[in-house]
Amino acid sequence: MKLSRTLATTRRVLRQLSHDPRTVALLLLVPVLLLVLLYFVFDADRRAFDGIGASLLGIFPLVTMFLVTSIATLRERTSGTLERLLSMPLGKGDLIAGYALAFGVLAVVQASVATAVAVWLLDLDFAGSPWLLLLVALLDAILGTALGLFVSAFAASEFQVVQFMPAVIFPQILLCGLFAPRETMQPVLEYVSDVLPMSYAVEGMNEVLQHSDPTGDFVRDATIVGGSALLVLCLGAATLRRRTA
Amino acid sequence: MMNNKRPGPAGTPGSSPPPAEKGPAIRADGLNVVRGGRTVIDDLSFEVAPATVTGLLGPSGCGKSTLMRAIVGTQANVDGTLDVLGRPAGARQLRSRVGYVTQNPSVYGDLTARQNLDYYAAVLGIPRRERAEQVTRALRDVDLLGHADSLTGNLSGGQHSRVSLAVALLGSPELLVLDEPTVGLDPVLRRDLWNLFHRLAGERGTTLLISSHVMDEADRCQNLLLMRAGRLLAADSPGALRARTHTGSVEDAFLHLVDAAREAEGATP
Repeated sequence: MKLSRTLATTRRVLRQLSHDPRTVALLLLVPVLLLVLLYFVFDADRRAFDGIGASLLGIFPLVTMFLVTSIATLRERTSGTLERLLSMPLGKGDLIAGYALAFGVLAVVQASVATAVAVWLLDLDFAGSPWLLLLVALLDAILGTALGLFVSAFAASEFQVVQFMPAVIFPQILLCGLFAPRETMQPVLEYVSDVLPMSYAVEGMNEVLQHSDPTGDFVRDATIVGGSALLVLCLGAATLRRRTA
Repeated sequence: MMNNKRPGPAGTPGSSPPPAEKGPAIRADGLNVVRGGRTVIDDLSFEVAPATVTGLLGPSGCGKSTLMRAIVGTQANVDGTLDVLGRPAGARQLRSRVGYVTQNPSVYGDLTARQNLDYYAAVLGIPRRERAEQVTRALRDVDLLGHADSLTGNLSGGQHSRVSLAVALLGSPELLVLDEPTVGLDPVLRRDLWNLFHRLAGERGTTLLISSHVMDEADRCQNLLLMRAGRLLAADSPGALRARTHTGSVEDAFLHLVDAAREAEGATP
């Protein structure tokens, strides 16, 4: 791995996005619009909005970066650019870290906009520091990027890769504690939710919502999300092969 | 001359004279490739001399692309000897010494031509201060300077594939492996590109292996490898091939050799 090649990859991915303003606009605006929608859905129950709003701030970066990365890397695989890059002196880690960094930058912008709107316009009541919130959003985004990179190896077409979204992401949304507290679920499901990284992403957001200082639980949640991201990134690197059949 | 235009320090890629290597640029001996349980390359043995333009010809599906992928080291399940620039094909040290252009243009459609080259130049490890100059030279080589800042995806098919070719020229690789680089190009452009290929071989000492299924391009090559169904029919110069088969064109020579091979197969089914 070499830093200059990682950064060149990051810059290349960001340049590609800069030629696609519609995608960037959708990435930045859709989370905000959904938060506003939710605000009015809970018109009579502002407390409920606080809890669900904070959870969504954790879920958005994960879902959007998952989608964007899985499609982007599938395109690399099918267009031949990946084969070409791997016939050059590019480390697999350079490519993966380059992607993670580029989409991490995007996620920080996305999370900043969404958080700003949530806090100032929608009066989302936060006890903790917005920086911690951004940190969790960044870790979530990198986890989404990692998962997207990984599943793109198992898809042969765009049709297949978008199907991984309901397959990989939806179960995590259902089990992360957004709809029912995890400890009230059927014990098997509770156990499953214990090993799904999104549970900790959402829990981390709620820790920041409720406590003014970073708690032990927050540190544990952030570590788990970051660790899972790293693990899945390594799995993703293993799916990149210099020689293919 | 090769290095009077580029003031780069000695030792930078492209500015030093071609190494006086005696050995062949590519040497295959008993090469086999199995793909999906089928033998796609069947016991191939040949050599490609350095600083020459060698044509790899044969009908589509005969294994040309697979052979090229094996040479650049992206093909799995390769058996037998395959040495490239004195090292086993796919060796780490070869990754910046071999340029490769796939049949489909492997560049980013949502970047400009210059941005594409800029990225690949960084990946190849070309020092930052030389990058802009190398990118411009590669774009000039393929006659795309006028479209350098157009989005690659908006270029015509021929221009698109020339961006891909320009990427392969970055860093002045010693071996260029080009998979059907002239498909879909107009006659003027095709002639210009063949002139470029010969200039690369003659002035920069580059070895070029160029595949084509268009036989009328064969006469532009110094040497030919004729393939059919994963096997080598002949390895010779166009002139020698025509003389040996008593035919007037490489196409006729190829057909003659195919018929002879068929007869031989028919004799031992």
